[in-house]
Amino acid sequence: MTIQGSGGAGPAIEVQGVVTRFGTTAIHDGLDLTVERGEIIGVVGGSGTGKTVLLRTIIGLQRPAQGTVSLLGETVSWDGSSTEALAGRFGMLFQDGALFSALTVGQNIQVPMRERGGIPGMLMDELSRLKVSLVGLPPDACGKFPSELSGGMKKRAGLARALALDPEVVFLDEPTAGLDPIGASDFDELILDLRRALGLTVVMVTHDLDSLARICDRIAVLIDKKIVVGTMEELTRSEHPWIQSYFHGPRARAAFDRPATAGEGG
Amino acid sequence: MADAAPDAGTSTQAPFIVDADGGSLILRLAGRWMLDTVVRLDRDLRDVAERPCDRVVIDAAGLSGLDSAGAWAIRRTLERVEARGIVTELRALPEAYRPILEKAVVPDPSVPVAPPAGNVVTTLLERAGRAVLHAGQVARNLSGFFGFTLVSLGGVIARPWRLRLTATVAQMEATGLNALPIVGLLCFLVGIVLAYMGALQLQQFGADILTVNLVGVAVLREIGILLAAIIVAGRSGSAFAAQIGTMKVNQEVDALETMGLSAVEVLVLPRVIALMIVMPLLTVWADAAGLLGGSVVALFLLDLSFAQFLAQLKGAVQFWDFGTGLLKAPVFALVIALVGCYDGLRVSGSAESVGQYTTRAVVESIFLVIVLDAAFAVAFAELGI
Repeated sequence: MTIQGSGGAGPAIEVQGVVTRFGTTAIHDGLDLTVERGEIIGVVGGSGTGKTVLLRTIIGLQRPAQGTVSLLGETVSWDGSSTEALAGRFGMLFQDGALFSALTVGQNIQVPMRERGGIPGMLMDELSRLKVSLVGLPPDACGKFPSELSGGMKKRAGLARALALDPEVVFLDEPTAGLDPIGASDFDELILDLRRALGLTVVMVTHDLDSLARICDRIAVLIDKKIVVGTMEELTRSEHPWIQSYFHGPRARAAFDRPATAGEGG
Repeated sequence: MADAAPDAGTSTQAPFIVDADGGSLILRLAGRWMLDTVVRLDRDLRDVAERPCDRVVIDAAGLSGLDSAGAWAIRRTLERVEARGIVTELRALPEAYRPILEKAVVPDPSVPVAPPAGNVVTTLLERAGRAVLHAGQVARNLSGFFGFTLVSLGGVIARPWRLRLTATVAQMEATGLNALPIVGLLCFLVGIVLAYMGALQLQQFGADILTVNLVGVAVLREIGILLAAIIVAGRSGSAFAAQIGTMKVNQEVDALETMGLSAVEVLVLPRVIALMIVMPLLTVWADAAGLLGGSVVALFLLDLSFAQFLAQLKGAVQFWDFGTGLLKAPVFALVIALVGCYDGLRVSGSAESVGQYTTRAVVESIFLVIVLDAAFAVAFAELGI
């Protein structure tokens, strides 16, 4: 389902042979990952396996020692020269929202719009109200400051800002962490709705097994400094001990044994 | 129809074409309706929505791309026309675009995006009023905190083994020993400036030897202690607020309390005691550095040897010139440490408020130090010391 149909063919993200080191410790060693357009992919892995680092590498914040990344057909250069070509084409939701605390939610959403330039003020106001309603926040959240919002609302506001310029790809760093189960499952529905409506490609780092089971088309497991990608069924059949214990632990069984209501094809 | 009125250019890529068909207006959408398109057509669309007609039809058959901004533009046009009591129809919308169009709603278009600006005069008055109230509150709470700290101090004096000795010594190193270079250097430089200005003025009266008296009295009575106190307020008062504030944000202070430890005893007392011990020492050091600066100027500008400088100084200053500075030191130390710790403990919630209260701690403690210094000057003058 490619509603946007923008940018034509080719995968949304292609990571090839990425090696990332901190000091002498290698976090990623020859990591490959391909994400198709319109796909929701979950990134999982133990603590310290570099899930967030991988996101930061893809969006150009963290330069790897080796390897190439192409995002939406543009080669990511990590020196700022690819920033312009990619501006507004992807959005990132940071773990705690990373909203600018001196600005209201509406003004936060308008930051990327102002950066883009040329959007009339009245239209910007309308669009920021639209994004607020799109992510399921109450209308009056638009004029509130981040400090007046709860954790779940901050995440939604962060997502609204990430969606400000209708990006083709959004990256979510633990979107449901710290949300109550109702808030978390609302957020899952929201992501599915937005994918259905906007044809988004979504890459999400998560520890939330329910989220993985509910909305991800494929799951990328960071393991042994590399990545193993597969659908839920493929991974549950994997022989690897870590994957085994991840997908067959008591918590995982509770999440996966429920009748899968997802069925939302990409 | 004959009077087809192409609005946005006549090329085949035109994003929309308006046909007037009798009384009804037909908007034929074409191509990709994304943010760029909407930005370009925003004004035209608003105009079209206001045109007089009986019926508006939006024909979406030619649409080949739609994002939320595009969906909003279509939705808004329909809503505006409907608000004028005119019938609308959305025709031939490709099925794939229905979800986004359904989601593109703004429930309350009147919600403000920016915080209300308010009237300049009333805002100023309000801020002034708030500041006064706030100052009163701070004064009250600070004296409450002062009392509370004194009680804890009494408890520690009664049971000396409860004093955190390691923490106290560590604070003495951080606030005292580590401050020596900067305090020394600044007082030395101010001593030079003072002697220089004094010498140039006093030379005109042939009284250049009195430069030594000027430097001696000024440095010992005021400059040494005041400069030391201001530097310590900037260095250590801010550090106290930031350290305790960060602990507050990380809920470390709460953790202490749940373990039955008193935050005042663990965090505040070591800092207060340490600063009250090192501040007099720093003052002596500052005095020495200031006098040294003065003597250097005397040596080069007045041809006064070091020994001559000291001899003149001995006649110029009495013990109480030095003693007043030393008397003020522990008081200033107490104020700086209390304000720093108090503001640190007032931090709540975010990392942003750590910065806010750190700034506040420095401003408040320097303000109080200078106010107290003035009070001391009057008191010492009345006492004749």
